[in-house]
Amino acid sequence: MAHTPQTLSALRKQFGPHLNLAPPGGWTADPEPDRVVNTHCCFCGQQCGIKLKVKDNKVIGFDPWEDFPFNQGKLCPKGVKRYLQGNHPDRLVSAMKRTEAGFVPMDLEEAMARTTTEIQRVQAAHGKDSFAVLSGVSLTNEKSYLVGKFARLGLQTKNLDYNGRLCMVSAGAGNKKAFGLDRAANSWADIEGAEVIWVAGSNVAECSPITTDYIWRARDKGAKLIVVDPRITPLARTADLVLPLKPGTDSALTNGILHLLHKWNLIDWDFVNAHTNGFETALEVVKDCTPEWTSATTGIPVSAIEKAARMWGEAKTSFLLHARGIEHHSKGVENVLGCINMVLATGRIGRPNCGYATITGQGNGQGGREHGHKCDQLPGNRDISNPEHRAYICSVWGCTDEELPGVGQSAQEIMNAIHAGEIKGLLCLCFNPLVSLPDTTFTREALEKLEFFVVLDFFLSETAQHADIVLPSALHEEDEGTSTSAEGRVIKINKAVDAPGDARPDWQILVNLAHRLGRGKFFDHFTSPEIIFNELRVASKGGTADYAGISYEKIERQQGVFWPCPTEDHPGTPRLFEQGHFAHPDGKAKFIPTPWRPPMEVVDADYPIWLTTGRVIFHYLSGTQTRRIGFLVEQCPHPYVEIHPRLAERYGITEGDALEVTTRRGNLVLPAKVVTTIRPDTVFIPYHWPGKLSVNQLTARHLDPVSKIPEFKVSACRLRKVSKDQFPEELLELRRMADQASSNQPHLPEQVM
Amino acid sequence: MVGAEFGFYIDPQRCIGCRACVASCGECGTHRGRPMIHLDEMDRFASTQTGPTVCMHCEDPICAQVCPADAIKRSEDGVVHAAQKPRCIACSNCELSCPFGVPIIFRGLEQMLKCDLCYDRTSVGHRPMCATVCPSQALLFVRHEELAGMRGNRPLREFEIGALRITTRNAVMVPDPEIPLNLDASLLCPEGGR
Ligand code: SF4
Repeated sequence: MAHTPQTLSALRKQFGPHLNLAPPGGWTADPEPDRVVNTHCCFCGQQCGIKLKVKDNKVIGFDPWEDFPFNQGKLCPKGVKRYLQGNHPDRLVSAMKRTEAGFVPMDLEEAMARTTTEIQRVQAAHGKDSFAVLSGVSLTNEKSYLVGKFARLGLQTKNLDYNGRLCMVSAGAGNKKAFGLDRAANSWADIEGAEVIWVAGSNVAECSPITTDYIWRARDKGAKLIVVDPRITPLARTADLVLPLKPGTDSALTNGILHLLHKWNLIDWDFVNAHTNGFETALEVVKDCTPEWTSATTGIPVSAIEKAARMWGEAKTSFLLHARGIEHHSKGVENVLGCINMVLATGRIGRPNCGYATITGQGNGQGGREHGHKCDQLPGNRDISNPEHRAYICSVWGCTDEELPGVGQSAQEIMNAIHAGEIKGLLCLCFNPLVSLPDTTFTREALEKLEFFVVLDFFLSETAQHADIVLPSALHEEDEGTSTSAEGRVIKINKAVDAPGDARPDWQILVNLAHRLGRGKFFDHFTSPEIIFNELRVASKGGTADYAGISYEKIERQQGVFWPCPTEDHPGTPRLFEQGHFAHPDGKAKFIPTPWRPPMEVVDADYPIWLTTGRVIFHYLSGTQTRRIGFLVEQCPHPYVEIHPRLAERYGITEGDALEVTTRRGNLVLPAKVVTTIRPDTVFIPYHWPGKLSVNQLTARHLDPVSKIPEFKVSACRLRKVSKDQFPEELLELRRMADQASSNQPHLPEQVM
Repeated sequence: MVGAEFGFYIDPQRCIGCRACVASCGECGTHRGRPMIHLDEMDRFASTQTGPTVCMHCEDPICAQVCPADAIKRSEDGVVHAAQKPRCIACSNCELSCPFGVPIIFRGLEQMLKCDLCYDRTSVGHRPMCATVCPSQALLFVRHEELAGMRGNRPLREFEIGALRITTRNAVMVPDPEIPLNLDASLLCPEGGR
């Protein structure tokens, strides 16, 4: 039973999060590096180029990498301060085991041996599929590919999935349905020349900060900006048109726009006729989506809907961007398809300055979702249930069809199956489901039921606190490999320093485990990331995500290579779908109709207020790294509830008051942030924190039927003002740490414990 | 020397409040851990507007005028420097008098430090750190002649603050007054979202 052995506060004391404030040796240490390594940021999907300064095998700071074409030196504060995750007091430098008395260090060899026998014991007792793998897409392409192969051939389980399930899967599914291929359709260079930019459900300034400048460069040339979001985010602040719709009504809006485009004949009929299928059915579905209906459903005025349709419809060039705001829904795929229908109807794709993209959020959210990391997928974005695709991968891997498992369960479904007692063992890496999955109480109950739980991590994440064994893994800067940015550009991550103590890159741990499980014949040849990458190239060959012509050398030489890149003399493909040529067998794109349906949970008399969740610029995902970096915690130590003054007044709430937010799953108490920049019927809470501060205590396990993404963006809640004594102790502790860190004196401590 | 052909342009309209400027300023080799930039939320109740304050490098800097120790120098390239270490008596005159609120006296150091346009970077052909990392390029460092083709708004170098008339090396980009700054989401909903 994987209960946490110590109290939470004892765990916090031992394993943090503590705050790193200064480089190794403090601010007075000599800042001159021994060497400088060109690499990329370890955080979001922008994958900014960055130079790391190294001295005595430690990263001591950064320099902007001004020659890297995507960001040209630009970085958000997470990138600037990312080096402080190294040399950190919380770092795991040996394997750990859970004992009655708490976590204690353990010999690595012994930890690997015990992990092996436990896996074998669970699988012998309950079957191969009773052991699952949950992984994540902050991993490089090499590791993502390896995890897919390790689960299928090392553990011989079908149950592998990843945290991209909480990220871009709705976009991926929508793109595959409409275009036959899943990638941003353009490099970001096409944003700059667009006449209209439509941003749906993306807090660009905070979640993909560098994209802000691409949009502004277009605006400098006269582009109009339309932002669809229930909140007036920093980018929306200056937009030409803001459509602050009700949470969960995105496909109603896109249906309404398509209705008007047709009514006003702002359709590119030549393109539609020559390059698409299914337009008639899509039109049929929107025929009653009048501006009045759209306004009543979305809560946006008729005039704004009409203005948006005109701006979009009359433009000659355009770029549509969306992100988790429309994708984290029980109809995430439909919301994506609604956007794609607007793009296809106007024929503005596959040409200069005409584009479409989801803004992938996680570091390697693009590459990590292509090479067999998902429960239904094989490398090259192949389909695990397609006999031809299976045959090809069997030939690359040297296994038989019987040896290759079939479709497994998705991330939330795996957690459900653990809770139901069907899955008994779990290996988890690069994923912190206790913070990032919805319905935290349920997730905790599930983890406590596991017979054996092993986690690979560099810090003892909240999830790892439930593990039987924790294997210490390497940071981003301690290994090399490739990742694929939001643009679809494959880039090279370079190693800056060696991992400390017993910490090892995840790929070495997995290869070693596979060997111990008697499956070495499929893995023993992996002695470097480059060897794994070269096998990935072969495995992806002929798939839609074709990396066959990409080599480490070529990536460095070209400063990134856009896939597909099928041969060594191929330069890569920054812009997809040129000449209206799509990836479906008939070369055409598909309109998929999106009949309107409401979200799974809607407001009612008991839960009258909408709750939506998201991110802030100072933290990345579940915060395992960023909640340990002083500067970032100083800026945003804990979550809060954004609430409109009119709604706040109704509950007698003023700035900083304690506000209890309750849904059918649970409740939490956080300070109110009273702002006019949110719809008066909606509250917002950012999600990066654990335990009593986690908004995922409140969110529901409602999934999109196709993408299986949870509906993080829509819950119904009720509000109550409570006494400030009810703030969780964790919140006060974080405030104390942030205050201590923000002393602006020269004798800054190196760490706040 | 910071080339006279380069200008530093501050455009609060583009600012996203990310504080990459603050974070990176503190990373430089000369004033380790002590950022020289202020980043303020203007009125978070009513707007997401934020604004970076960096030294404006006045032509006739008031901080230097009021310095009793004559510790603050302006070099020929128009850069106003931090107080010189042996002279500075940390009296706070500069802190109190600067119309933009830029100089900071660091207790313990007993010295005023301020932005010197990243002499270490600009002297070897790089842009100042904050203008290099700024994700939205609200802080922009370019040749003067490049600006016109780049941006639609207008640089302002003359300020009237109280009775003072100030001319500065750095410029603030002034937005088109037509752009409404009303940021109440309820006013964008039908019937005020009632
Ligand atoms: S978090 Fe994203 S935007 Fe920020 S520096 Fe890293 S890659 Fe760039």
